[in-house]
Amino acid sequence: MSRLVAPLLLTALLLLVWEVACRALDVPSYFLPPPSAVAISLKENLAVLIAAGWRTVSTAVIALVLASLIAQALALITALSPLLDRAIRPLASVVQVTPVIAIAPLVLIWAGLDHPQRALVTLAVLVAFFPIFSGAVSGLRSADPDLERLFSLYGASRWQKVLRLRLPSAVPFLLEGHKVGAGLALIGAVVAEFSAGSGGVRGLAWQILDSSNKLQTARMIAALVVLGAMGVALHALLEALERTGLKWWRGR
Amino acid sequence: MTVATLTDVEVDYARGRALGPVSLSIAPGETLALVGPSGCGKSTALRLLAGLEAPSRGVVTRAPGRGETAVVFQAPTLAPWLAARANVALPLELAGVDAAEARRRADAALGRVGLAGAEAARPVTLSGGMAMRVSLARALVTDPKLLLLDEPFAALDEITRRALADDVLDLWAATRPAIVFVTHNVEEAVYMASRVVVLSKGPGRIVGDFATSGAMPRPPHFRTEPGFRAAVEQVSAALAEGVAA
Repeated sequence: MSRLVAPLLLTALLLLVWEVACRALDVPSYFLPPPSAVAISLKENLAVLIAAGWRTVSTAVIALVLASLIAQALALITALSPLLDRAIRPLASVVQVTPVIAIAPLVLIWAGLDHPQRALVTLAVLVAFFPIFSGAVSGLRSADPDLERLFSLYGASRWQKVLRLRLPSAVPFLLEGHKVGAGLALIGAVVAEFSAGSGGVRGLAWQILDSSNKLQTARMIAALVVLGAMGVALHALLEALERTGLKWWRGR
Repeated sequence: MTVATLTDVEVDYARGRALGPVSLSIAPGETLALVGPSGCGKSTALRLLAGLEAPSRGVVTRAPGRGETAVVFQAPTLAPWLAARANVALPLELAGVDAAEARRRADAALGRVGLAGAEAARPVTLSGGMAMRVSLARALVTDPKLLLLDEPFAALDEITRRALADDVLDLWAATRPAIVFVTHNVEEAVYMASRVVVLSKGPGRIVGDFATSGAMPRPPHFRTEPGFRAAVEQVSAALAEGVAA
């Protein structure tokens, strides 16, 4: 119970201090609006913000699905061929260390300025790819070596080893990789919207940028609140999926 | 006729000689214990017999067929995502035995190790002793001619250990595979084996090869008989000599 009560109490206390300080010190609302003003703005713009949030989340979810397919396919290839493993892994690392914001202008040109949604998804895929790929690669190598010896002893083919030993052994790593990847896909979608800028896709990041241009600070914070709530919801969903998946995998 | 033979084998690892030269023949149906100090290469010898490793020099001959050689490791080594039955059926399924038949034989093997009723249990829900029995059932399901056990009871408590030792001997009595097992416990070696081979400190060479007397499987109170005590002392002396040499 205190797991829920303690953070809620602290949040309420911080909001109260914020509200009182804004009023007592007469802080201008374009600089820092009190929480009450944010709440009013949230209520007024709720429909717009949720629609924008939905666009951002759907970008992230499409990106997660694509990143998942590509990352697992590539990881499987590296597991089957040591040569391709040596070829692919350094390139995968390059994708990971390149900041998405630096690639964004290039991707926007390639996707075509008429298709900003494609560019956003591509950028979010680039961010979500690595944790899933590296999880899959480690997972495919995580099989118990003695179990691997048993498979050899019983004459298992390479395919049998992959399908019946290495893939099932990788499941916990895949679940973890997808959880991390989902969080990054959302961050990637927001960053991509920022760098796309133009407002071709009016997601949450665009709402934040637009509020900032108009100095509507309360609306900006309201958009952040929606973004935070969606992030928490996505994380909770994937954590629940991971827990259920592990339970199924382990049988307890 | 032998089930497996090591002829003048030596094994070198990057850090130096691990085993040998060693020559050893395993007769059908015999139970042989390999004892020796830590690092003498007894597990290496077992992996040679299993065909999981090749010698640096010398010749290993063994029954070539699938499932004719079975191994039980120190840990149960079960797939956590499979139920006990599926774990036991695995060697059969890898050999292409049809699923219903594999399942039937797996259930029978689980019955033989006293785990009837636990077919659907996942490894995580089993005790250490039960998991080890599943591992034994998986080794027995192919009716091997040679059963290799690598310190299979080392991680278990004394009571479970003794119960499993008797169970292994009962299972042996049913189909009489040759059994080679590695242990550093002299009493366990003398109790379970009709022949005890002692290796020196690494790189291991054979410094003793004793036949133990008495019926197999062991009668009750075998551990208190003078013959048992004498054999234990004899093997211990050879072991001490091998360590000092």
